[in-house]
Amino acid sequence: MRAYLPDYELRAPRSLTDALALLAREPGGWRAFAGGTDLMVLLEAGLLTHRKFLSIWHLPELKGIEVANDHVTLGALTTYTEVQRDETMRREFPLLGAAARETGGIAIQNRGTLGGNIVNASPAADSPPALLVYDAELELVSTRGTRLLPYREFHTGYKQMNMQSDELLTRIRLPRTTGDLKTYYRKVGTRKAQAISKVCFAAGARMNDGRIADVRLALGSVAPTVVRCTQTEELLRNQTIDEATTKAAREMLMTEITPIDDMRSTADYRLNVAANLLADFLRQLKHT
Amino acid sequence: MSTETTSKVNVTCTVNGQSCMLTAHPLARLLDVLREQLRLTGTKEGCGEGECGACSVLVDGVLVNSCLVPVLQVAGAEIKTIEGIADGVQLHAVQQAFIETGGAQCGICTPGMVLAAVNLLAQTPQPTEADIRNGLAGNLCRCTGYMKIFDAVVRACQRADIKS
Repeated sequence: MRAYLPDYELRAPRSLTDALALLAREPGGWRAFAGGTDLMVLLEAGLLTHRKFLSIWHLPELKGIEVANDHVTLGALTTYTEVQRDETMRREFPLLGAAARETGGIAIQNRGTLGGNIVNASPAADSPPALLVYDAELELVSTRGTRLLPYREFHTGYKQMNMQSDELLTRIRLPRTTGDLKTYYRKVGTRKAQAISKVCFAAGARMNDGRIADVRLALGSVAPTVVRCTQTEELLRNQTIDEATTKAAREMLMTEITPIDDMRSTADYRLNVAANLLADFLRQLKHT
Repeated sequence: MSTETTSKVNVTCTVNGQSCMLTAHPLARLLDVLREQLRLTGTKEGCGEGECGACSVLVDGVLVNSCLVPVLQVAGAEIKTIEGIADGVQLHAVQQAFIETGGAQCGICTPGMVLAAVNLLAQTPQPTEADIRNGLAGNLCRCTGYMKIFDAVVRACQRADIKS
């Protein structure tokens, strides 16, 4: 049933400072509301349990892509459309553009934000696996100060986050050390646009003298959170790519992820598709 | 009903070139305010969850699903709906092309399709077939099978009088 609107509040604080002050004054009282592509769906379905929201969509402090010498900083309100258009992102962080292109359709890409995708904390989100491959860091700000947290430590369980109720995710920082990675991104869903993933696979690697010098594997929709598969990475490091390595890596990956049966797919399908995508990635890596 | 209820807010914006003062709950869907308060019923509701594109409008020149935009977030914005696409009685090239190719059947997806096509051609005046498919991927049609809609977009961009 549709929500009864008078039960809800949406306020637009004048500045980031005002927003942080409100978050601090009533711990847990207010939550951030960005482009609305997730929250408005819940509201319309009558499933939005939280009642008080701060619209942050208009705050300039949370927008823009800045390129520094050693890192790129994305405002939390950076949309999927902006990610696809930015020249540095296209050149150095192609996995994020690939994820953005396959999220929703144009109208969703114009309103959906990276910050929202992170804080909504869906294990089926498409941009987090790319962010994990790039060793993204999150800037979390409150009236108490600013902290920088490796994104890898942010999701602590299904919809659980390393984030206090007075904190706001303001920026996402990407180290500029991955421009030479050979990358691979595949979202497997029922349809190219608008579909939620059954499995999402993002990977990057460097070869050196026929051996895997660096490899990063991140998956969505196969565990309670998006995951970096570090044991499989460890197994692959310094190996040549052959049948035995691929077989061992597939087996390790299948023990490292914990997919479930749900409305979109089955655990069995997800395990097999994830392993097949890994094999496909390794095959492409060998031939580049 | 909780005691902490919010009253309505006034939101000033421009709709199809006319300045408007909207009075609504800040979380009211732009879709509902356009249809019920301004009686601009050309914008349709399909799924109500951002999957079908029937409610597409342009906000500050950006294509959005109006079912997912709370009215508070259009304060000061310029909104264009299907009613603002034609220039008086002169149809937009995209609208004319939809008629000529049979790109519209039942009509529910058509306003959103037209807005998405106008948006596509404003950014990519000579789109490839892949561009057209991508540009309209967020708009579902259950009648046409899409081919006549794609034909309409191709026909529209062949005309010289394209403007958004």
